[in-house]
Amino acid sequence: MPHKAMPNLHSVAPAAPVAPATAPRPVALELRDLTTVFPGDDGPVTVIDGVSLAVRAGGTLAVVGESGSGKSMTFLSALGLVAAPGRVRRGEVRIDGADILHQPPERLRRLRGAVISMIFQDPLTALNPVFTIGEQIVEVLRAHQRIGRSAARARAIELLARVQIPDPARRVDDYPHQLSGGQRQRVLIAMAIALSPKILIADEPTTALDVTVQAQILDLLADLQAETGMALVLITHDLGLVARYADDVAVMYAGRLVETGSMEEVFTKPRHPYTRALFRSIPRLDGPVDEELPAIEGQPPNVARLPPGCAFEPRCTVGRGRADCCTRRPLPLAGDRSGHRSACFHEDLPDRTEAIR
Amino acid sequence: MSDTLSAPPPALELVDATRVFTRRGGLFKKAGKAVRAVDGVSLTIRAGETLGLVGESGSGKSTLGRLALRLVEPTSGRLLVDGRDVTGVSKAEMQAMRRDIQMVFQDPYGSLDPRVTIGQSIAEPLKVHGLWDGDGPQKVAGVMSLVGLDPSRADRYPHQFSGGQRQRIGIARALTLDPKILVLDEPVSALDVSIQAQIINLLQRIQRERGLSYLFIAHDLAVVRHVSHRIAVMYLGKVVEMAERDNLYRRPLHPYTVSLLAAVPIADVRMRNRRRTSVTMGEIGSATNVPPGCRFHPRCYRARLVAAAGGVPTERSGDALLPRACLIDQPELRACGGADQVACHFPETPETRSEVATAVLQDIGYPPIRPIPL
Repeated sequence: MPHKAMPNLHSVAPAAPVAPATAPRPVALELRDLTTVFPGDDGPVTVIDGVSLAVRAGGTLAVVGESGSGKSMTFLSALGLVAAPGRVRRGEVRIDGADILHQPPERLRRLRGAVISMIFQDPLTALNPVFTIGEQIVEVLRAHQRIGRSAARARAIELLARVQIPDPARRVDDYPHQLSGGQRQRVLIAMAIALSPKILIADEPTTALDVTVQAQILDLLADLQAETGMALVLITHDLGLVARYADDVAVMYAGRLVETGSMEEVFTKPRHPYTRALFRSIPRLDGPVDEELPAIEGQPPNVARLPPGCAFEPRCTVGRGRADCCTRRPLPLAGDRSGHRSACFHEDLPDRTEAIR
Repeated sequence: MSDTLSAPPPALELVDATRVFTRRGGLFKKAGKAVRAVDGVSLTIRAGETLGLVGESGSGKSTLGRLALRLVEPTSGRLLVDGRDVTGVSKAEMQAMRRDIQMVFQDPYGSLDPRVTIGQSIAEPLKVHGLWDGDGPQKVAGVMSLVGLDPSRADRYPHQFSGGQRQRIGIARALTLDPKILVLDEPVSALDVSIQAQIINLLQRIQRERGLSYLFIAHDLAVVRHVSHRIAVMYLGKVVEMAERDNLYRRPLHPYTVSLLAAVPIADVRMRNRRRTSVTMGEIGSATNVPPGCRFHPRCYRARLVAAAGGVPTERSGDALLPRACLIDQPELRACGGADQVACHFPETPETRSEVATAVLQDIGYPPIRPIPL
């Protein structure tokens, strides 16, 4: 079952290959047609537009996109954490088949943490500077469980050990500022897994960290998953992390999904022109160096002023200026039985820049 | 002075530059220990060349960038611009020197005054240097066009621009005085992936057209590879490796460089079923408490491998067995294969390359990975 090798410093042995799934694992979290709006100057602005996604138990779904693409907002919406005046207009969020979105707030609060948990990019602002990290973990435990103070403290030390904080019995009394950025993120992970949630949503969990620490944190999350079968949603803009850690990928642009599929499918056969352009534009360690990067021209759009057609059309080297791309509302995701789906009228056409290259 | 036979002096040269920060004592705090943020660094950048500077946060790379402009004064060492020693020159002379050397910051929003139009921001260096004249507005329009901004938008405010456009404004501002050197401190790290490529292309085009020299500070090794001619790797205030670009990625000499390469995520499906490449343990130490001997030894996989292989004097350090040299002697930066330099007692030369380094090089595509036959 554990499909990722345990951490092994200095090891050069290849990681165990992904075990062929004998039976597909159950879906842990499913979003259906999730749509979130904020009031704007000219009526409501749709910031999340009909997003449907699923992540399986033990699996990792990476959600990629630029800032403003709605990747964080999608999951804030799913957890009922959209700040007013924004609101979820329609859609469902199902955990183990049951919709959680229309639960009373108190019940939703209990689900958060116990069943579904989220960690954020900046570990310093997410921790309270005036309490020790031990007190903060104890608070999480006691808010959800009937557990005495000393038992909760013992559990906090256990959790710190689990996230590989050295000398946890001593560090439990440290304040957040006494820890490094990487250690703070480990503490947040400890808090997030304190109640053994089935689903963990990690929003850019390593963006503020150095690459060396980033790899350690994500390896830790992968190990925890392998042990507990927790589903992981990894919100990131880093395609390198996606290649290393994700089973499935969802690409978002301007509040909409433009492509979903297994990591292998999306990376080897990207379909949507945006995904294709994104892959071309990133410098690679083994790519050519003496030529210009094939950049995506223009800027990500403002979701309050989207064109009537495809949101990517103004920057798209396939569809720019095509009548249907400009005027027809984008298609919902469509695809084959492999589960690889994309939302483009013309994905079969060659890219103009690809043709030149 | 004009010895026409000798090569032109480097555009920028740092000789044994050191910067020590000390925290003053306060009501509740003892005076802090001295921090050698930059510790005896020497480097040169030739005209038209990009020197990449990489390392983790806390490595001293940003302080080094500021030393190059004397935004931070060196505690010791020398700074030469175009062969001229400007270490001790007066503030006024330094101001004049800054016409030649300018800085671009990571966060373009933080470095622009929100109440000032971008046209005024871009014009400001001209005014500060007393160079604002009838041609001023034209110069501003010129650099705006150069960086891909519409000059007719000069009367707008920073918040009316996106992150990528604001970085263009930051670059335009650095270019108004027509400098010879730009210090670029993480110029694309805060930008979206699709915008990063635009800015990288822009910087490279400007370099070609104007023959600028860049000190390019970044943590993204793929970006650094794309833009740099040579690369310096810093660890806790010291340069531990300095190499030609391709050499650094093809035959990294320092175990720290190997560790950085191992940690870089690569957007390639081949990474999936390969290995766990966490070859470095723990986090960068504190510059207040630099370990004796080689400052990388607490995290070094290579030191452990060399000690385990035997044949060198070893010593226990905590629960690790390490070569005594790594624990006692601070390695100096020395030539190791051509012009490349490394500060390591047991560098990863091609002849002595460890299994770890070999595996990491395979992972990143050197030598190129052939498709695995099905």
